[in-house]
Amino acid sequence: MIRWNLILLAAVLISALADVSINHRARKLVTSYEREQERMRALEVEWGQLQLEQSTWATHARIEEIARRRLGMHTPRTNQIITASP
Amino acid sequence: MKHSHSPLLEERLPAWRAYLVMGLLMLGFAALLGRSFYLQGINKNFLIGQGESRYERVLEISATRGRILDRHGDVLAMSTPVKAVWAIPEDAKLAPAQVRQLAALLETDPRELTRKLAGARDFVYLKRQIAPDVATQIANLKLPGVHFKNEFRRYYPSGEVAAHMLGFTGVDDVGQEGIELAMNSQLTGKPGGRRVIKDRRGQIVEDVESIRAPQEGKDTVLALDAKLQYLAYVQLKQAITLHKAKAGGVVVLDARSGEVLALVNLPTYNPNNRTRLSGAQLRNRAFTDTFEPGSTFKSFTVALALDKGNVRIDTPIQTAPGKLTIGSATISDAHPNGILSVAQVIQKSSNIGAAKMALALPAEEMWQMFDNLGFGQPLKLGFPGEAAGRLRPHKRWRPIEQATMSYGHGISVTLIQLASAYQAFARNGDLLPLSLTRLEAAPPVGVRVFSEQTAREMRAMLEMAVLPGGTAPKAQVPGYRVAGKTGTANKLEGGSYTNKYVASFVGFAPVSDPRLIIAVMIDEPSAGKYYGGEVAAPVFSGVMTSALRSLGVAPDAPEKLLQMATIPPAREEM
Repeated sequence: MIRWNLILLAAVLISALADVSINHRARKLVTSYEREQERMRALEVEWGQLQLEQSTWATHARIEEIARRRLGMHTPRTNQIITASP
Repeated sequence: MKHSHSPLLEERLPAWRAYLVMGLLMLGFAALLGRSFYLQGINKNFLIGQGESRYERVLEISATRGRILDRHGDVLAMSTPVKAVWAIPEDAKLAPAQVRQLAALLETDPRELTRKLAGARDFVYLKRQIAPDVATQIANLKLPGVHFKNEFRRYYPSGEVAAHMLGFTGVDDVGQEGIELAMNSQLTGKPGGRRVIKDRRGQIVEDVESIRAPQEGKDTVLALDAKLQYLAYVQLKQAITLHKAKAGGVVVLDARSGEVLALVNLPTYNPNNRTRLSGAQLRNRAFTDTFEPGSTFKSFTVALALDKGNVRIDTPIQTAPGKLTIGSATISDAHPNGILSVAQVIQKSSNIGAAKMALALPAEEMWQMFDNLGFGQPLKLGFPGEAAGRLRPHKRWRPIEQATMSYGHGISVTLIQLASAYQAFARNGDLLPLSLTRLEAAPPVGVRVFSEQTAREMRAMLEMAVLPGGTAPKAQVPGYRVAGKTGTANKLEGGSYTNKYVASFVGFAPVSDPRLIIAVMIDEPSAGKYYGGEVAAPVFSGVMTSALRSLGVAPDAPEKLLQMATIPPAREEM
C-alpha cells in the first residue's frame, strides 16, 4: 500500500515538473516566434523603403539627365537605326 | 493570588451582553460570507475580466495600403510606416531645454510647441508623419507624456510627372483624388486584431485568439507606362513654356487594347509635398475640362458622309468664295479655297466643306454618330469628376448649329473623349472601352461606328493632313507614317467667342498598323502662334517619335518615301 502511494507520488511530481517545464518552453517559443514576426515586419518595411529608393533613383528624368550630361549620350537619328525584321 | 477577592469579578453581568457580542460577531461573519459569495459566484465574470485585462492585451495588426504600379511593375505610389507624435499636455511637463530639443527634432518652432503643450485638451498631436528614425531619437529623450502612434505615409517616386493620374491620399491614408480615390476600396487594407497574454516584462507569452485577420490592401497595376508618361510630360512642358500657354494636356492610348498609356496635365503639382496647392494645379484637365474641339471634329463629319455613301473620297465640293451664309449667320474659312475634293477638305481643313457635307446629313444620324463615339456622356472610368461635355439633343438643332458642329464648334468634349473617339479611325471603325488598369485578357469586342472601308479611307486622308500641303506637316515622325488632324478653336467665355485659342492635335501611328493614339491640347498659347498645326502638332510628333522608339515599333516608312503620297484631285465633272 505504502509502495503504491510512493510510486503515485513520484508520478505526480514528475508530471507536475514536466508541466512546468513544457509551459516554460512553450512561452519561450512564443516569444521567439514573436521576435521573428517583428523582424519580418521590420524587413518588410525596409524592403518597401528600398523599393521607394530604387524607383526614386530610377526616375526617367534622372536617367535622362545622367545619360545626356554625364555620359554624353544622344538619341540616334533615324538614318542611324537599322531595323531587323524577325 | 486570590482572584476571588476581586470585587469586579464578583459583580454579575446581564446575560444579554454576551448574546449581543455573539450576535454582532455572527452578523459580521455572515456579511463576509455573503460578500465572498457575491464576488466568487454572482460577480465572477467581472473580476475574471479585470484580472485578465491586467495581463491580456488586444494588439492591432496594421494593414498596408496597396501599391500602385505601372504596367511594367515600377512603383508609382507606395505606403511606408511613419510615426505620429502626440502628447497628454497634463503629463508633459517639460523643461525649456527639453522643449528646445524636441522642437529641433520635430523641425517646429519651440514657442508653437509650448503653446500646444499648454492647451486645455487632454490629447494633442505634436506632429504627424515623421520618419521612424526621428521618432526613435525622440523616444530616446524619454520625455514624460509624449507618445507615438503608427501611421502610414504615401510616397510618389514619379512626383509631379504622374500626379493627376495617381491623385493622392490624405493624412489618414484615404484616397482623395485620381486613382487613389477611384480605386480606394481596392487599395485600402483592413487592419486586424489579436488577443495575447503579456508577461511582466511586456513580452508576448501566449496567443489567445485572432479577432480579425488583417487584410492587406491590393496592389493596383495601371495601364500607364511610366516611360511614355515621362516623355509626354517633358514634351508638353517644353511646348507650354515655348508658347506661354496657360495649360495643356496629352493623352496616349494603345490603339490595340484601349489602355491609357499616359495622361499628362499641366500645370501640375508634386504629390509628395502639397503645402501650397491651387485649383489650377489640381485640375485633371484631360478628364474634367471640356473645350470646343474645332477642326479635329471634321474627320467625324467626313467619315459619316463617306459611311452613308453621300460622298466619295474624290467628290468635289465648292468652297469658294470662302464664305457660306446659313440663315442669318455666316461661316467662313481661314484661307479661302476653290473646289476641293473630300480628301482636300480634311487636308486643308475647310469649314465650309465640312458644313456642306453636314447639311446633307440628317441631324439624327449625326447625333447618333457623336453619341456612338462617346461624346456628351462621361466615359465612366470611375475617375472622379469626369465631365460629359456638351452635345445637345438633335431635335433642337438648327441648321447653323449642325453646320458649326461639323467643324467642332457648338459642342464641347474632354481630351480623353477625343482621343477615345479617334480609335474609330486608328482601329478598323470600332471603339474599345478605355481602361486605366492593365488588361490581362484580350480586350473586349469594340462597338462599331464606321465601316472598315470608311476607316481605311479616313486613315489615308488623315495621313495627307500631315504631309506637305496639309495643315500639320510638323506632326511628322521620321521613319513612320502618321495620320492626324489639327484643331484650333476660339475659346468661349461667358457665351461669346474671345480671341483666346485652344490648339489641339489628334493622331495615330504607324498608319500601316496603328499602335498609338495621341491627343494633345494646348490652352491659350499666347506667344504669337496659336494654330493646332504650329503649337500642338510638334508635341504630338515629339511624343510619338520617342514613344514608338521606346516601344520598339518597326518603322513603316523609309524617309525618302515620305514625300511620295499623292492627293487625289477633284474630279473634273460637276
